[in-house]
Amino acid sequence: MSAPAPAAPMPAAPMPAAPADTPPPKIRVRGLTKRFGPKLVLDALDLDLPARHSLVVIGGSGSGKSVLIKCILGLIEPDEGAIEIDGRNVLAMSREEREAVNAHMGMLFQAGALFDSLPVWENVCFGLLAKNEIGRCAAREKAVEILSRVGLTPDVAALYPAELSGGMQKRVALARAIAAQPDIIFFDEPTTGLDPIMGAIIDSLIVDCVRRLGATAFSITHDMASAKRIADSVAMIFKGKIIWRGPSAEIDHPGNPYVEQFVKGQKDGPIQMEVRR
Amino acid sequence: MLDMLAAVGRGTFGFLSTIGTVALFAATALGHSVRPPFYWRNFIRQCIDIGYFSLPVVALTAIFSGMVLALQSYTGFARFSAEGAVATVVVLSMTRELGPVLAGLMVAGRIGAAMAAEIGTMRVTDQIDALTTLSTNPFKYLVVPRLVAGTLMLPLLVLVADILGVMGGFLVGTAKLGFNSGAYMARTWEYLEAEDVVSGLVKAAVFGFLVALMGCYHGYRSRGGAQGVGAATTNAVVSASILILIFNYIITELFFAR
Ligand SMILES: Nc1ncnc2c1ncn2[C@@H]1O[C@H](COP(=O)(O)OP(=O)(O)O)[C@@H](O)[C@H]1O
Ligand SMILES: [Mg+2]
Repeated sequence: MSAPAPAAPMPAAPMPAAPADTPPPKIRVRGLTKRFGPKLVLDALDLDLPARHSLVVIGGSGSGKSVLIKCILGLIEPDEGAIEIDGRNVLAMSREEREAVNAHMGMLFQAGALFDSLPVWENVCFGLLAKNEIGRCAAREKAVEILSRVGLTPDVAALYPAELSGGMQKRVALARAIAAQPDIIFFDEPTTGLDPIMGAIIDSLIVDCVRRLGATAFSITHDMASAKRIADSVAMIFKGKIIWRGPSAEIDHPGNPYVEQFVKGQKDGPIQMEVRR
Repeated sequence: MLDMLAAVGRGTFGFLSTIGTVALFAATALGHSVRPPFYWRNFIRQCIDIGYFSLPVVALTAIFSGMVLALQSYTGFARFSAEGAVATVVVLSMTRELGPVLAGLMVAGRIGAAMAAEIGTMRVTDQIDALTTLSTNPFKYLVVPRLVAGTLMLPLLVLVADILGVMGGFLVGTAKLGFNSGAYMARTWEYLEAEDVVSGLVKAAVFGFLVALMGCYHGYRSRGGAQGVGAATTNAVVSASILILIFNYIITELFFAR
């Protein structure tokens, strides 16, 4: 900061409007805390995500990555902290306002979470049908078009999710996440459980879709190859906090022993795996 | 001693807090049921599932109950030469008690379990969260159609059960016990009042609501994979059955203990 006035007190009440050249980050998380019973999962976590940026959060299993995303999406109520989207605190919003904000977000769930009672085309256009943006006849055609963007043929549209392979389910889930043209898309471990080739295909589809939509992407993974392909920048979560953040090119030389151990997959280092709880 | 008191206190507290969360769940669902959108497709699917596909089991239960009722009351009443009351006993027992209670219990086993399993699976596979991210309120989409369908369909089932139960009694009465068919039907209508049938239908509506509520509640709150869904299913059936028996007494008291 180049402010010359010595120790000028911050103006107390309303925050000064951000100058036009620095828009607020798309997502700003401050002091986010979440406990499940005695267990502290998120510990005053801070995170900024600029618009049209692709952030990948890495971290061990059970480190709270999914909980973080679910807090931002409003699926889990955090205990403390603030979450701003486009500069507006979503935790203070009424349900209607919150639903309006959520309508601009898409999510690819860890296990796909496709509706198994509905055929693929209805899964893909579920959000559009819910918002009454489209009739059921048009939805079928629209679904075929969106499916083609994730490399699936029209005949898949009539199948049920249980009839698809894991890789195809991921593609359908991706198609569903992008169908409503969201501004922000969340990807929870998009390549976990896929073979390396299918993983690479899904990654490239993700990069492609995000770029085409001009969306902001927030992904979670512990697959380092996938992180490098998707990310503009990478952040590592450990013990409920973001302990490191840097451009994806730096991930192999992070200069942080925790990140180094995680990225290289070494069993000895500062991170001790908690065997219990 | 103190340990025991503490355990009793904990138990009471747990019980009351469960009643509280169930009541809150029901209130939330009712709040959503009066605000659009209403998911007609889901509602109709549930109506078919509850009303139509439960018909065979409810029908069988009702026919055999009516038959056994006629047989039992005949042999029982013969001891004090009151065999003539068989038709009346059958129709009053069916409409007031057995129709709604047996249909309720059967539907609790069939529908309550299915609802808990389906919603529970959706919960543990993140499908309920997925609904929320796709601009769809899970209460409106999943819970409200089931509650409304349960409340409306069970009275219809019970009406069918009443008719078939009386028919079962009629079959045994005329074919086995030697009643004249015209006389049997006349005795059936003679003492039957609208209140008997109406009280049974009111019971049915309440039981239908309770079965759907327990199925949705336990499914919605299930945790931890297949085992959690299994537990939710069991809890839904057991709690719905117990609530049916408790509310059966309460409603009977409200209608007839005046
Ligand atoms: N609904 C919940 N109830 C209780 N504990 C939970 C819940 N969701 C997550 N947790 C706990 O929070 C921790 C972080 O979970 P999660 O965010 O899913 O991990 P991951 O980083 O692998 O995605 C885990 O230890 C998990 O047991
Ligand atoms: Mg996770």
